[in-house]
Amino acid sequence: MNGSMKALFKRDMLLAFRSRGDLLNPLMFFLMVASLFPLAVSPDPLFLGQIAPGVIWVGALLATLLSLDLLFKSDFEDGSLEQMLLMPQPTLLMVIVKVLVHWLVAGLPLAFIAPLLGLMLGLPSGGFAPLMATLLLATPILSLLGAIGAGLTVGLRKGGMLMPLLILPLYIPVLIFASSAVQAGVLGNSYVGHMAFLGAYLALTLVVAPVATASALRISIAR
Amino acid sequence: MFFDSFSSFIEMGGHGLYVWACYGLAAIIVAVNFISPVLTRKKVIKDIQRQNRREQN
Amino acid sequence: MWTSLKRLYHKMGSPKWFYEISTRWSPWFLLVGSALMLTGVVWGLAFAPADYLQGNSFRIIYIHVPASLLSQSAYIMMAAAGLVGLVWKMKMSFVVAKVIAPIGASLAIMSLLTGAIWGKPTWGTWWVWDARLTSMLILLFLYFGVIAIYNAIENEEMANKAAGILAIVGSINIPIIKYSVEWWNTLHQPATITMTKKPTMAPEMFIPLLLTIIGFYCWFAVWVFARTRNELLWRERRTKWVKNLVINAPTNSGAHQ
Repeated sequence: MNGSMKALFKRDMLLAFRSRGDLLNPLMFFLMVASLFPLAVSPDPLFLGQIAPGVIWVGALLATLLSLDLLFKSDFEDGSLEQMLLMPQPTLLMVIVKVLVHWLVAGLPLAFIAPLLGLMLGLPSGGFAPLMATLLLATPILSLLGAIGAGLTVGLRKGGMLMPLLILPLYIPVLIFASSAVQAGVLGNSYVGHMAFLGAYLALTLVVAPVATASALRISIAR
Repeated sequence: MFFDSFSSFIEMGGHGLYVWACYGLAAIIVAVNFISPVLTRKKVIKDIQRQNRREQN
Repeated sequence: MWTSLKRLYHKMGSPKWFYEISTRWSPWFLLVGSALMLTGVVWGLAFAPADYLQGNSFRIIYIHVPASLLSQSAYIMMAAAGLVGLVWKMKMSFVVAKVIAPIGASLAIMSLLTGAIWGKPTWGTWWVWDARLTSMLILLFLYFGVIAIYNAIENEEMANKAAGILAIVGSINIPIIKYSVEWWNTLHQPATITMTKKPTMAPEMFIPLLLTIIGFYCWFAVWVFARTRNELLWRERRTKWVKNLVINAPTNSGAHQ
């Protein structure tokens, strides 16, 4: 990777850590969503253990959606996004760096806080390893696919309302395979196949999503 | 003809309500798809005519 | 070969040419489609034998399956039209993509409603998380996303391009979604009756289905043509051919005549 991309990476990381509130909001949201279920449905640990894989994964999807709004917004508002699109380096690289930063500050923390939620929801002990593993492997997919939606809606006033509508259907394969991997772990079954599917899906989105995001950004900026 | 009488055709062996409800709903959706472009066309032509008149005056 | 292809491309890109050719073809599609639909539906409702398991409720297949098939291929068509528009900057193609979205969504709704009603006599409840119904529901959500983009972005060119990208990404995802939903379904409900088992269908059940499928495709063409013509009239309202056409058009508001 060349120097300007390194500089962009450092700048974005610095900006992310300077506004810690934006970093913590999705995490707090993740915690809150998960604690709604015992209140709404039942505090019975056996029952909670059954729904925990699904609840944690749905919470992770929603928390990611919440954080995606920030992916391009501040750069769009102060005009630096336009400058980046005019850079001689390909837009693709810029998108990849931005998604990487988003995953590091928004996706990765979800994987580390998830065991806590697992404890709160009474996830059986076999589920913890696959929970961490699927979150580590699949949150990059969420960031990559979400970047497309963020790119398409960046210039819109009500973009934050629109984005979930565009992105959530694309998240469904991740949700299905990740939560059933955790369920397989709970039952003591192998979840290698699930991980293989998620890995393949990650490879596909790595190829497709940055291209789509780059063209989405060019469309959103060209007004 | 599979059915013996007209009334057995309507009843469909007890499933008449489901079958005819499906066909009715489908007919409504098909009708909307046929009618709505006709209405839009009338409106578009009216709008263009109004605009042309305004420009001529 | 290449020059004739190029000429075809320029012709297809011309709104006036599309308007005229689609006006000429529409009645034929309407005629053939209606004849096929009438034959298929009457045959399917009154003459085809009842299913040995489901009885007469299986006659819903003659509208459920065409609607499902067509709404899936309509999404692919919409994505293909968006791709042509994005790559070759063909405006006509964007117009077609835009008018397909509401039609495809209405077909997905038709498929879901008829599927739900069919589920009542088959499974005893209105809604079962069956693999086919679930993927159709997700397809409807994909349509919602595209329609929401058209509604949210005011600049028309930008909306067309953005919707094109979303449709392309969605169509790449459709096979993955279908696969994962089917896999999920076998995991959770191993022993439900699948509503539409094609290999076991007798020819006198299958031929009317084929007729209604082709009939639906013909009607779909009529709907796309009609909506595209409306869009074209409005976009080209400043041109001479539209002005001439509009003067001769009969409307009720003939104040100037």
